[in-house]
Amino acid sequence: MGKTLKETIKEIIRKHLKNKKGKVFGQCLTAVGWVGGTLPELYEKDGMIELSMADVAGGGIVTGSALMNEKPIYVIRYQGFNWYNAPMIVNYAAKSKEIWNTPCPVFVRGIGMEGGIGPVAGSSHHSLYYRMPGLKIVSPMTPKEYKKIYNSFMKDDEVYYVSEHRGSFNNKIELKDDIKGKKDFVIIAISITRFEAIKAKEILEKKGLRIGIINILWIKPLKISKASIRCITNSKFGAIILDDDYVDGISNSIANKLTHMTNKKIFTLGLSDKSAGFHKKVDNLPPNSDQIVKKIISLTKN
Amino acid sequence: MHRKLRIKIFEKASLCRHFETNAYKFSEKKLIKIPIYLSAGQEFISASLATIINDFCKVKPLIFAQHRCHSTYLSFGGEMDNLIAELLGNYKLSNTGCMGGSASIYSKKINMFGHDGHMGTQVPIGIGACFTSKKPTIIFMGDAAAEEDYVLGALGWAATKKLPILFIVEDNNLSILTEKKVRRNWDMHDVARSFKMKGYNLKDSPNEIEKYKKFFFKEPMLLNINTNRMFWHAGAGKDSDKIFDRYLIEKKILGKEAEKIDKKFNSMIKKKWEKHLKKQ
Ligand SMILES: Cc1ncc(C[n+]2csc(CCOP(=O)(O)OP(=O)(O)O)c2C)c(N)n1
Ligand SMILES: [Mg+2]
Repeated sequence: MGKTLKETIKEIIRKHLKNKKGKVFGQCLTAVGWVGGTLPELYEKDGMIELSMADVAGGGIVTGSALMNEKPIYVIRYQGFNWYNAPMIVNYAAKSKEIWNTPCPVFVRGIGMEGGIGPVAGSSHHSLYYRMPGLKIVSPMTPKEYKKIYNSFMKDDEVYYVSEHRGSFNNKIELKDDIKGKKDFVIIAISITRFEAIKAKEILEKKGLRIGIINILWIKPLKISKASIRCITNSKFGAIILDDDYVDGISNSIANKLTHMTNKKIFTLGLSDKSAGFHKKVDNLPPNSDQIVKKIISLTKN
Repeated sequence: MHRKLRIKIFEKASLCRHFETNAYKFSEKKLIKIPIYLSAGQEFISASLATIINDFCKVKPLIFAQHRCHSTYLSFGGEMDNLIAELLGNYKLSNTGCMGGSASIYSKKINMFGHDGHMGTQVPIGIGACFTSKKPTIIFMGDAAAEEDYVLGALGWAATKKLPILFIVEDNNLSILTEKKVRRNWDMHDVARSFKMKGYNLKDSPNEIEKYKKFFFKEPMLLNINTNRMFWHAGAGKDSDKIFDRYLIEKKILGKEAEKIDKKFNSMIKKKWEKHLKKQ
C-alpha cells in the first residue's frame, strides 16, 4: 500500500531540512503529535525552528527568512490563526517581487480542522488570502497532489498558501474527476469537501441523477481544464461549488467566473454564515453528503 | 572623537541635509507629487552609523529601514540619482519602477530592503533575514513603530536567539504629531534590557553614538537615539521653528572645514536635482 498524505508530507519535510538545508518555522512543532504526524522528529539544529507565541511577528520572521531565498515552510497549526499570521505574508512577502524585484517565497502550511473546537480556530480560511495579489493558493488532499505542489513551489519564486485539512491526513487515495458524458449536475469541490462530494455523487446516482465531479487543487490561479468547463456548459442544471470556508470568498468568486465562462447557473455551499460553537448543536461544519444531496435535489427539481 | 571621523560623518550628514532641503523645496513647488517623508534633522544617526560601521566594523550589514529612510539610503551609499528619480516619478531610473515612493526605498547594491509602509514590520522581517543569513543586520524604527506589538514580540525572539542585530530607535518623540508621553510610560532601552539585550538611551551626537561601536553586531543591542524632525511628518512644512538642529551644532564645532563641506554639497546637490528636473 502507498503512503498516507501525512507520511508524504513528513517525508517531504525531512528532505527539505536534511537534503535542501531548508527551514520549517512554527509554534510548538517539536511536541507531542508533531503536527498530526506531518513533521519528522527533528529540532532547531536541523532547521526545525520554534517561534515564540508572537503570531504576527512570527509571520514577519518567516518573511525575512524567505527574503534570504531559503524557501521556508511556515506551519500554521489551525487556519483560524491566519488572522494573526498572515499580515506580513500578504503585505510584504507577496509584494516584494513586484515592488522591489526581490522574490520572497514562503510555503505556508495552513491546516484546517473543525468539529467541537469553537468559534475562531477551526475550518479553512483560504479566502482570507484570496483577495490579495502576489500569491498562489492550493489545496492538496492526496499524496501525489502534495508532491506536485511542493515541487512546483521549489521551482517557483512566489508565496504559496497551502490549504491543508487534518481530515485528509490519513488519505492514501488519489481523487479523480468525473467529467465523461452528459451530466445532469456537476460538483466542484475544494479541500475536505472533496471526500463528501464522492459520497453525495454515489447517493444521487442511485436516485438516477448523472453527477460530474471536478476537484479543485489550484484555487489561485484557478486551474480548471477546458474539458471540465465543457462538462459544466453541457450539463442540464449547472454546478455547485463546495468549500470548507464561508462562501462569501473563494466559492462565490469562482462561481461568478464560471457562470460567465459556461453560461450556466453555478451555486455554492460552504460554512453557514455564523460562528461555530463547541457543542454539536451549534457547530458550523463543512457540508456533508446528506446536505449536499439535499441541496442538489432541490436545485435539480425542475 | 577623532576629528577626521567627525568630519567624515559631517560630510555624509551634509549630503543628506542638502538632499532633503531640495526635496522639501520641490515638494513645496509641487514638482514632487507623491507624499514624502523627510529625515532632515535626524541625519546624524544614519551618517554616524554608516561611517562607523564601514570604518570600524568593516562589514556591509543588511539594512532594514522605515518610511523616513532617505538619510539611511544615502548614508550607506545608495545612489542619489535613483532616489531623485523615485521622488520625481521617473520610473525608468527609479529602483522600484516608482512602486515604492519615498517610503519604500531599496537598493540591492547596499543590501537595503524595502519597507512596506506598515510601521514596524521591518523589525520582524529584518530579524528573520538575520536569523537565516547570519549576516550582521541593522534595523531602524521610529519611536512609535517600536510600540507595535509585533515589534516587541520580535525583539524578544531576536534576544533569545542572540542575533547580531543593531536595533536603532530614531526617537523624534513623535508619532505623526502625538508625543511619546501621551502614548506610553515606558522606554525602549528598558524594554530591550528586560529582554536581556543591551539597551541604551542617547543623543544623536556622533560622539555619543561612537561610544557603543564595540558592541555592534556582537550580539543584539538596541540604541534609543533622541533626535528631532525638522519638517512635517509628510510633505513640506514645519511644525515649529524652535527645533534643536544637530547639523548647525556640528557645523559650528567643526568650523571652517565644515562650512566648506556644507557649501560644496549645497551646490553639488542642487545641480543634481536641477539636472533631473530638466529631463522631466
Ligand atoms: C501598521 C501601521 N499603523 C499605523 C500607521 C500610520 N502611521 C504612519 S507613520 C506613523 C507614525 C510613525 O511614527 P514613528 O515610528 O515614530 O516614525 P516617524 O514618523 O516619527 O519617523 C503612523 C502611526 C502605519 N503606517 N502603519
Ligand atoms: Mg517618531
